[in-house]
Amino acid sequence: MPAVQETIDQVRQIDVDQYKYGFETLIEMDKAPKGLNEDIIRFISAKKDEPEWMLEWRLDAYRRWLTMEEPSWARVEYPQIDFNDIYYYAAPKNQTGPKTIDEVDPELLATYEKLGIPLREQEILAGVQESKVAVDAVFDSISVVTTFKEELAKAGVIFMSISEAIREHPELVRKYLGSVVPVTDNYYATLNSAVFTDGSFVFVPKGVRCPMELSTYFRINEKNTGQFERTLIICEDGAYVSYLEGCTAPQRDENQLHAAVVELVALDDAEIKYSTVQNWYPGDSEGKGGIYNFVTKRGDCRGANSKISWTQVETGSAITWKYPSCILRGDNSRGEFYSIAVSNGRQQIDSGTKMMHLGKNTSSRIISKGISAGRSNNTYRGQVSAHRRATNARNFTQCDSLLIGNNCGAHTVPYIEAKNATAQFEHEATTSKISEDQLFYCMQRGIPEEEAIALIVNGFVKEVIQELPMEFAVEAQKLIGISLEGSVG
Amino acid sequence: MLEIRNLHARIAEDGTEIIRGLNLTVGKGEVAAIMGPNGSGKSTLSYILAGREDYEVTEGDILYNGESILEMDTAERAAAGIFLAFQYPVEIPGVATMQFLKVAMNEQRKAHGEEELTTPDFIRQVREAAGALNIDMDMLKRPLNVGFSGGEKKRAEILQMSLLQPNLCVLDETDSGLDIDALKIVSDGVNALRSPDRAIVVITHYQRLLEHIVPDTVHVLYKGQVIKSGDKALALELENNGYSNIIKDAA
Repeated sequence: MPAVQETIDQVRQIDVDQYKYGFETLIEMDKAPKGLNEDIIRFISAKKDEPEWMLEWRLDAYRRWLTMEEPSWARVEYPQIDFNDIYYYAAPKNQTGPKTIDEVDPELLATYEKLGIPLREQEILAGVQESKVAVDAVFDSISVVTTFKEELAKAGVIFMSISEAIREHPELVRKYLGSVVPVTDNYYATLNSAVFTDGSFVFVPKGVRCPMELSTYFRINEKNTGQFERTLIICEDGAYVSYLEGCTAPQRDENQLHAAVVELVALDDAEIKYSTVQNWYPGDSEGKGGIYNFVTKRGDCRGANSKISWTQVETGSAITWKYPSCILRGDNSRGEFYSIAVSNGRQQIDSGTKMMHLGKNTSSRIISKGISAGRSNNTYRGQVSAHRRATNARNFTQCDSLLIGNNCGAHTVPYIEAKNATAQFEHEATTSKISEDQLFYCMQRGIPEEEAIALIVNGFVKEVIQELPMEFAVEAQKLIGISLEGSVG
Repeated sequence: MLEIRNLHARIAEDGTEIIRGLNLTVGKGEVAAIMGPNGSGKSTLSYILAGREDYEVTEGDILYNGESILEMDTAERAAAGIFLAFQYPVEIPGVATMQFLKVAMNEQRKAHGEEELTTPDFIRQVREAAGALNIDMDMLKRPLNVGFSGGEKKRAEILQMSLLQPNLCVLDETDSGLDIDALKIVSDGVNALRSPDRAIVVITHYQRLLEHIVPDTVHVLYKGQVIKSGDKALALELENNGYSNIIKDAA
């Protein structure tokens, strides 16, 4: 209940500039030359002190990428991207990898403080920050610090940047990297495989329940820089982890590219819960600037009785192209996808999920809530398939769209394929508008129009908000209110 | 408290005139009943008082405590103390009734420059008001009006009215859809709000409700005008003889 009040306060505080994370950190950067070629890839690999096999892997991906074409099937429009006009590596000077908190540039610490991300362990432990969450902070192309590493190590959990993991745990990385999203999976995933710079690595060994929430906070700061994040999470037999991801970027007139790949692997009886609150800069009300968010996220329920759950709150980015998916390979495995996608201004979202039922008695659940306002377009695209051998596959899909105003669009594109006669797939979809009746009713009780919209929208997305970890739920409600600021009148 | 002067109003979309030179005065402490045949403009009048944008006032004025309210939007009028109990209360999915009550009460307090209610204060107030209306606290955990029975919806309206403590209450066909027991509970709730500082306008088709909420004045609305006013005896006369004689006299 107080969250709604906070949403309202937050909305009220905001005047012309709705995006409060639009500031820029002025810090000296170490950059690779602009453009993309094999030398750049060698440069990135050398910067990160990578073993030879990693460089070969990247180069192989790059060569394949050169033969591929940009996909055009999504319902999004944007000018041709010039891949040679982007910096593929940018890191704060003197920062070659994660350090202890005392060694991190104070300017960077100040940035994260401004973003509300707790990085100082002592303060968190002393109760200055209320929640205990381990954070990996990624700034442009590099992870600047990872908190609570030691405490996690005691439990046997490995949580570090992927660059570190490649050096320190090459056997694990080699075994799992690219095993869920193959190098040649799609245009952006292949590009990412060639040039990825940083991201998080999580390994939870057999039987361990990760003692705290893990999170990565991505920040794009440098101009004309692409961020190519790579995250790999592995849960061995019976392990559990809950992982959160947050993202912001400065306000800029030109578009910036974020092309990430996230791979999750759950072995027998393991469970991974992955939550995202995506708040990249969405561009201004005329569609100038903003992040292109072209992301491949996939989880593999490799073991029997495993479970992977994706929860996402998408409010930012000029363009979102993202389908967090589950491969339900293990018998009795379960995949879930809970999504709230809010678009306003000129934002374009094409997002959804894929549930691929391969094992026996696998089940999946999809709850998608799309909210479109302004002149935005919001598409849900989902695929549910049952393999020939996937007996008793079950899926329930519910797609609800809410429209605010008369100039936005909501589209639902479900694909359903069942090759096994015992599969039971259900699909429900609704599209509604915030009705004049609802607004009039709320306002008649003294609730001003914008607050009334925030209240009605928060009611609409409640089912998904409930799936988020507590701290994120409050954050997400606020964010939704802010994103819809100025959507009426 | 309420003075409507020569009011003319039409549907904004197609220009159909619904209210055609309506005059009505309701004083502090008064309970006024508005009756009239279907299509006479009763519900429209309630919407116009609440400031619904679908209607346009083309002539005349509405004074509330001596000031025109025509320039105020719906939420401002509500904060100023005008409450409309809806004939068809609207469903708000996903928003628990308790949550809605808290937001509404605090928004009105904010508009009056008052502090927000503390949670214990809020719960105490709701518990008291709900008890008087025979409302189970469990019902208030459900999304507002979603899946409520007709009786539950009307009781939820009166609950909001008693929590928001308005100065001018407009009840639009509050008796429709109520069985006799629910009618009694709802009427008792309204009667408990009768006070020398408050005016209540009861819009109804039937004399039945007026046996429970006894009006001080009765006004007959026909084709967007008040064609006859009287005391509660007028309501009885309508019940026995229908509207035709009064309409004939007025014509």
